[in-house]
Amino acid sequence: MSLADDLYRETILDHYHNPRNNGSIDNASATVEGVNPLCGDELTLYLKLTPSGLIEDVKLTAHGCSINTASGSMMSEAILGQSVERAQKIIEDFKTMMLTKEDETVFEDELEELEALRGVKKYPVRIKCALLPWNTLLEGIETARQAQAK
Amino acid sequence: MSSSIDFDVEKIRKDFPILDRVIEGKRLVYLDSAATSQKPSQVIKAITNYYEQYNANVHRGIHTLSEEATAAYEAVRETVREFIDARETCEIIFTRNTTEAINLVAYSWGKQNVLPGDEIVLSPMEHHSNLVPWQQLAAEREAKLVYLDLTEDGQINMETAAQLIGPKTRLVAITQMSNVFGTINPVKELAQLAHKNNAVILVDGAQGIPHLKTSVADLECDFYAFSLHKMLGPTGVGILWGKKALLEAMPPFMFGGDMISSVHRDKTRFNELPWKFEAGTPNVADVIASGVAVDYLKNIGMDKVRAHEIEITRYAMQKLSEIKDIVIYGPLDATKRGGVVSFNINGLHPHDLGQILSDNGVAIRAGHHCCQPLMKDLKVMGTARASFYIYNTLEEVDMLLAALKEAEKVMGHVACR
Ligand SMILES: Cc1ncc(COP(=O)(O)O)c(C=O)c1O
Repeated sequence: MSLADDLYRETILDHYHNPRNNGSIDNASATVEGVNPLCGDELTLYLKLTPSGLIEDVKLTAHGCSINTASGSMMSEAILGQSVERAQKIIEDFKTMMLTKEDETVFEDELEELEALRGVKKYPVRIKCALLPWNTLLEGIETARQAQAK
Repeated sequence: MSSSIDFDVEKIRKDFPILDRVIEGKRLVYLDSAATSQKPSQVIKAITNYYEQYNANVHRGIHTLSEEATAAYEAVRETVREFIDARETCEIIFTRNTTEAINLVAYSWGKQNVLPGDEIVLSPMEHHSNLVPWQQLAAEREAKLVYLDLTEDGQINMETAAQLIGPKTRLVAITQMSNVFGTINPVKELAQLAHKNNAVILVDGAQGIPHLKTSVADLECDFYAFSLHKMLGPTGVGILWGKKALLEAMPPFMFGGDMISSVHRDKTRFNELPWKFEAGTPNVADVIASGVAVDYLKNIGMDKVRAHEIEITRYAMQKLSEIKDIVIYGPLDATKRGGVVSFNINGLHPHDLGQILSDNGVAIRAGHHCCQPLMKDLKVMGTARASFYIYNTLEEVDMLLAALKEAEKVMGHVACR
């Protein structure tokens, strides 16, 4: 079956069944909620930045489908410990991959896993599921920055 | 597999061209009629026939085409009146859908009749379209929304209903049949409770009328709203029925052409019922085709429709309940519910289920079903929902079951985190 080969490839199922950075952060720099109005899926993202702008910690509580959960899990691994600028670049690349028809996005080795989500593009309604954690992260970074600027 | 009742599914299926569609190499199994039903070729042909033979604007031309179009359009009012057992044809108002019919009442009747401190009573199983308009109205009029209680198996708790509907109640808004649980609600009892307190009752018939023989007189309701697209008709046509005295007292909801009887530079006299509520060129083609849809159901007989659906629902509930870790929502007794079965399989997100089922040619709905507050009550993000109609077979239930097994295999059935 097609899905078994691509959409639910091993990587996605692995992250779905064992999501990384699952949980919450007590004194987070930003806590933001994301909702997919289509299906009602919700997720809460906790972000902790260092004063110098490094992503010190990130946690997610998701009640989503496999795509949503796996995408969030992979995202958290990709950005943990990175600078905000670098995280923003990764977000941008990821969104380009998901939203461009015949994209040629290539992620470097340690981020290669993210390409597993490219298969989701075959199911247009579910691109939103994959993007939800990333859009929530963008909002989180914005919120955290504003808090720091104060 | 054929049905044991006097009802020829195979013959009916031949009227629905879309059922021959092949998806991912498999024959379509359409189990999403609660969202919208499929349309028989008679309905589809009525649309083409209108555009090919007598397309014209209604209520204005003095030429043959316009006269024919007007006659065909107006005839549907009578067809609908008879189908829902309303007293007068002028009580049948064409809208775009259920949602618009309910909004018409909220804007027109609501703004005139709901006062600060009044209560609007509804159930937690209402579709957003029978909830959000009342929520907005309540906020604007400083009225209060009061929710009825539900029992464990998704039925209205009638004991507390008798307390919750009281002297402050201005309106009771209730669905005839839940699009999540399938529950058939005791509308008549609720109507009596409402009337005892001088309140008005609006019934959302979107899921009821396609499947249940319905008489607005027997239901004792004041307003009844539904969509033709869920009952074999095209999209774009809804009905608001209301008691004449109520409708006559209500101000128009939209203004413009057709709804007037005379217009002067500074004032306008409004048209009479039902046209008072039908501003602008209506959806002539789809209304005419809707009449064909109602005739189609009438020819089969709503009793037979119901019997067929009870049989399929009972079979589906029994087969589904054999799945390990499944939760089925709503009443277990198939005679207390319509052909809508919502479920969750522990560890499988409904979205994932829906996707894998689709790849097996099986169309179900997955999500919140426009009932987010109810999903919160159930403590789920959504459910998977299979819904049945006249063209579904027991074999298709088996195909659903097979596809569910496949989904469990693909996803690696794990306990919910
Ligand atoms: C119970 C119920 N009410 C109202 C509606 C809204 O119908 P429509 O979208 O045609 O206005 C639906 C359709 O999904 C429904 O199931």
